[in-house]
Amino acid sequence: MPTTTSAGPGAGRAMGKGAAGSPRTPRLRRRRTVQALKGASLTFPFLVGFALFVMVPVVMALRESVFATRSTGGLGFGGQTVTFVGLDNFAKGFQDPVFWGGMLRVLVYALVAVPLTQLLSLACALLLDAARRRTAARFRVVLLLPYMVPGIIATLIWLFQYSPAVGPLSDLFRIFGLELNFYSGDLVWVSIGNMALWGALGFNMLILNGALQSVPHEIFEAARLDGAGELRIAVSIKVPFVRGSLVLTSLLSIIGTLQLFNEPLLFRAVTPETITKDFTPAMMIYNQAFQVGDLNYATALSVILAVVVGVASAVIYRSTSRGQA
Amino acid sequence: MAEARGTSRWVVLTVLVLLAMYAVVPLWWLLVAATKSRSDLYSTSGLWFADFNLWQNLGALFTYQDGIFTRWLWNTVVYAGLGSSGLTVVALAAGYGLAKYSYRGRGFTMGLIIGSFLIPGSLLIVPTFLLFSRIGLYDTIWAMILPGMFGSFSVYLAKVYAEGAVPSELMDAARIDGAGEYRIFLSIGARLMSTAAATIFLLHFVASWNTFMWPLVFLKGAEKWPVMLGLYSWLQRGTDSQYDLTGLVITASLVSTVPMVLLMISMQRYWRSGLTIGSLK
Repeated sequence: MPTTTSAGPGAGRAMGKGAAGSPRTPRLRRRRTVQALKGASLTFPFLVGFALFVMVPVVMALRESVFATRSTGGLGFGGQTVTFVGLDNFAKGFQDPVFWGGMLRVLVYALVAVPLTQLLSLACALLLDAARRRTAARFRVVLLLPYMVPGIIATLIWLFQYSPAVGPLSDLFRIFGLELNFYSGDLVWVSIGNMALWGALGFNMLILNGALQSVPHEIFEAARLDGAGELRIAVSIKVPFVRGSLVLTSLLSIIGTLQLFNEPLLFRAVTPETITKDFTPAMMIYNQAFQVGDLNYATALSVILAVVVGVASAVIYRSTSRGQA
Repeated sequence: MAEARGTSRWVVLTVLVLLAMYAVVPLWWLLVAATKSRSDLYSTSGLWFADFNLWQNLGALFTYQDGIFTRWLWNTVVYAGLGSSGLTVVALAAGYGLAKYSYRGRGFTMGLIIGSFLIPGSLLIVPTFLLFSRIGLYDTIWAMILPGMFGSFSVYLAKVYAEGAVPSELMDAARIDGAGEYRIFLSIGARLMSTAAATIFLLHFVASWNTFMWPLVFLKGAEKWPVMLGLYSWLQRGTDSQYDLTGLVITASLVSTVPMVLLMISMQRYWRSGLTIGSLK
């Protein structure tokens, strides 16, 4: 039992070892409490800001969505009354065909585009894994360039690529005898999907390639001894190994895709006939809140969208981790 | 690792070259288009240079509407710089506190942080608008700077990093030398966490440079806009007025991309390490 009798610096030494039973214990305990409090206080600035900018808005979202604001005077000159309407906004939201039309659009798009992007990235990562490490390193910066370009600029660049007036793509496809209008309703999701692929492919591929390099080599040797070919090794050993990061990145991109806003809004500036103002759920929420001015309804729709995102994440997480176990 | 030889090596190389072209050609187009006069933009092939007109384009860009573009660039730098500095200080302190001290409520704070990862950003935008209108932040530069300073992911990143980079023995040694807890954080903890600081700063700086929906909702006056929102307004106006702004948008896109690409290339090791921590844990 350490018996530290001297006050001051020596007392600190006993602290780590636990000086239970020594006469100094109450003082040490108090000093430890002060220490812990000071440590905890380092998190206070964050907690205050987090409470104000995250927790308060979440609570407000739940509160605002059960009220309705109505103008009492004609033409908006009169006052406004706020009345409690319970779940009316949600009932309206659940029956709103425009909102669910947009939801269906982004869901179908997410279910097609995200797995496709992941598969392509994985295929490229496996291919890169077969190349010499130095070859891969040489291409790294170039393949990462699209990731470094700001999302809005990437969208602008592709809008110009698709443009029949200034872009090279229409000319390119004309050589093959194809008259394509990338802004048309038939092709607009392909156009948006290609844009998303451009931004994500090189990046995903390098992340997956990094994960592949942590696979222990002995496993490959053992598999080869057992007569497995390179393809078999890729499918049965490498892919399961990166499955975790694949599920995580897919989940994140599906969550992002369900809330799609920036890209379709920029497309709308160029082609308002194809991209309606309520094209995606997030666009409809924005429109309801800031163009129509129905903040209560917009909040209710935001809550519904958040729930859909949550349910979708849970379903994907469940269905992908079941096979793993 | 299996290194392919012969034919398969050429297949790998070919695919890599094709991918690299896919990545680079649109950017090449942007670079070329920014050097063209308005008539050449429509009449010449998009992938090769015509008369070199870049300086005139830049001149037109920076003088358009009394140099509003310079204003937008400056706003972007201010919002990104102040917001990222604030976030770095807040996140470093919180992450260090969470990693190196045990106290009642720590688990709860971690629960809040992890839980907040599940909140989709679009849920917050409308109620935040109501909140900012009430407390007078709407249409001020603080609406752009303050909310970003409390990002829970950055705190998480700082916590994970502090656990590995700040040895408790060193903190005990400093205590024996009579240093207070805050002093230990400032002179030892914060210094050992400089890599995490750079990562947090960089990731937020880039995100803030690219942000679009937030200023779209919270800033009314064009003189407060960041560059991405300004570009959107030009794109929108370019399509519904007789005056063609395409050339301006192209040159402005190039000008606002170059700093990001240079920053990301020169600081690769920071953002790549940040992403690895984020995806592993």
